[in-house]
Amino acid sequence: MAESTIIAARRVDLPPERLVHMYRQMLRIRHFEEQVDLLFQAGRIWGTFHLYIGQEASAVGAIEVLEPDDYITSTHRGHGHSIAKGASIPLMMAELRGKETGYCRGRGGSMHIADVEAGNLGANGIVGGGIPIATGAALACKKLGNGRVVMCFFGDGALAQGAFHEAVNFAAVFKLPVVYVCENNQYAMSMPVARGLGSTDITVRAAAYGLPGVSVDGNDVLAVYEAAKEAVNRARRGEGPTIIETRTYRWRGHSKSDANRYRTKEEIEAWKQRCPIRRFGSFLEGLGILTPVDRDRMEREVEAEIQDAIAFADSQPDPDPAQLADGVYA
Amino acid sequence: MREITYAQAVREALAEEMRRDERVFLMGEDIGVYGGAFGVTLGLIDEFGPERVMDTPLSEAAIIGAAAGAAVLGMRPVAEVQFSDFLTIGSDQLVNQAAKMRYMFGGKARVPMVVRTPAGSGTGAAAQHSQSLETWFMHIPGLKVVAPATPYDAKGLLKSAIRDDNPVVVFEHKLLYKTKGQVPEEDYTVPIGKAAVRREGIDITVIATSIMVLRSLAAADRLAEEGISVEVIDLRSLRPLDAETIVKSVCKTGRAVVVHEANKFAGFGGEIVGTIVESEAFDYLDAPVVRVAGKDVPIPYNPHLERAAVPQEEDIVAACRSLMRQSPRWRALA
Ligand SMILES: Cc1ncc(C[n+]2csc(CCOP(=O)(O)OP(=O)(O)O)c2C)c(N)n1
Ligand SMILES: [Mg+2]
Repeated sequence: MAESTIIAARRVDLPPERLVHMYRQMLRIRHFEEQVDLLFQAGRIWGTFHLYIGQEASAVGAIEVLEPDDYITSTHRGHGHSIAKGASIPLMMAELRGKETGYCRGRGGSMHIADVEAGNLGANGIVGGGIPIATGAALACKKLGNGRVVMCFFGDGALAQGAFHEAVNFAAVFKLPVVYVCENNQYAMSMPVARGLGSTDITVRAAAYGLPGVSVDGNDVLAVYEAAKEAVNRARRGEGPTIIETRTYRWRGHSKSDANRYRTKEEIEAWKQRCPIRRFGSFLEGLGILTPVDRDRMEREVEAEIQDAIAFADSQPDPDPAQLADGVYA
Repeated sequence: MREITYAQAVREALAEEMRRDERVFLMGEDIGVYGGAFGVTLGLIDEFGPERVMDTPLSEAAIIGAAAGAAVLGMRPVAEVQFSDFLTIGSDQLVNQAAKMRYMFGGKARVPMVVRTPAGSGTGAAAQHSQSLETWFMHIPGLKVVAPATPYDAKGLLKSAIRDDNPVVVFEHKLLYKTKGQVPEEDYTVPIGKAAVRREGIDITVIATSIMVLRSLAAADRLAEEGISVEVIDLRSLRPLDAETIVKSVCKTGRAVVVHEANKFAGFGGEIVGTIVESEAFDYLDAPVVRVAGKDVPIPYNPHLERAAVPQEEDIVAACRSLMRQSPRWRALA
């Protein structure tokens, strides 16, 4: 990886503070997810959630390109996108604990974390459900002439949904300022991409809509950044959508209940060897931007941050069932 | 008789029907080695192979539509939609296509397909994974809709659905999959369109389906201690609806409570109330007919809110008590 990362690093031309910030964002996602898993095992989070562990470079590399007032739409596997977009980790934690002060007042939970004011138009429980929404948001940006762009995340599984095809074609026709980011983590639940998709080549699909398509190493945060930068610039110039594929892997089960019957331990191990965080960390060390001591310190800081968020969430009130019916209509 | 779970009962029905009729096959997301999101089809791929237990792409419209298309050619597909909420994605194929083909084509087609799907709340899966959408599909001429409450019925109704020459939607409740009940080993079916009286009583008729049957029976136990005798009808099928059993019971008790998990507004409770008041049972009513139903909100995530959003045993008890207080016979006794 070192090779491609270095090339990308030269091209992306980011100042060291930005690179360190990106590294920290990836660490924050990793530690958040690990704690979510532990909280679930301890019975303090219920329902279901989908961990982003192993895919951190995809969200961080892509979202770092955006301005704070740009938009994203996310997926059922959305914690990483949310954190990368600048969400408050305490408020996310409060939501996962179902608290009144969480992002969705405890009504939404993991699959629906949204922060519309901050440009996160929501995680989504429906695979592909966010793709038309992102397209409509891009339509609004264009009509409003506000110069903003929308970044739309979805998994490889969503490529099989009619909503994907309709929305992408729609955006292509109207040259909307949207960047479609397909996070190909090799599986849709138990379905490997090679069996669930007639063609796994995203550039071929993009071409069919008359759009540029690019496939990048999704575990290389700078490669993702570079591809996203070009796509976002293109969208802002009014030249329309791009489809990006980030090739990555989820380390954990699909959701809380998954016996991993459809893949091998060896495969999982091989991908863990390509840990996006470790790769980027050693790359930054190589450039002299971070030392091993810095990295340890950052890990401890992030751990403390997540523990504080857990404590915050603990202290928050549950919603009042008397208010159950509030908020259905504006 | 041996006891098995609701999930096992569904699995047995699928396996036995595939053994009995080679035209039967399964399609759905993650139903092969993964065994389905709730483990219902676990192991079936080992016996029947990937040709008959087909893991499909993540495409509900194609799954339901392909089932309809295969059915028209005489196959007997059983499609699994991973959560009933995703029926909305395949609704065109179900509502505009499968349901109408026979009539639209002047009786020249048959669509012997089944869509099975887990429904309902109670798992913390929130607004897009917890709905009870049976009323949507009940409303469509050409579709049959069933919602079994027991392992016995889960097996028997699914077998009937597979053997039926029309599209049948089977709503299985997630919280029922692990419940156990007696299921015979020999072949049997439960007819579509026949309700079951689960408990006899004389004061109130409670009409329910699916998990609400269990809650209604528990409520009836508690009410019995207070001297209120509740008859519990498990509809089992929503379309066709067994009006006869409902009307007969209400003529006897003079009071009716309809219980469903789906939110109240335009839920199937309205249809049941209509069935009662349009019939001779109207003359026997001692009190208004009452609906105990979900609140008119999307299902929330927080467990306390989620619980409050759908009828619980205590809500059914409270509704029955209040009904008894309102009715003249009881007032006369008091
Ligand atoms: C329309 C729809 N169908 C099925 C599901 C159930 N489901 C949730 S996630 C998932 C797999 C999604 O795969 P992919 O899009 O690749 O995302 P990943 O989970 O790999 O991040 C499935 C089948 C759903 N939520 N929505
Ligand atoms: Mg995937």
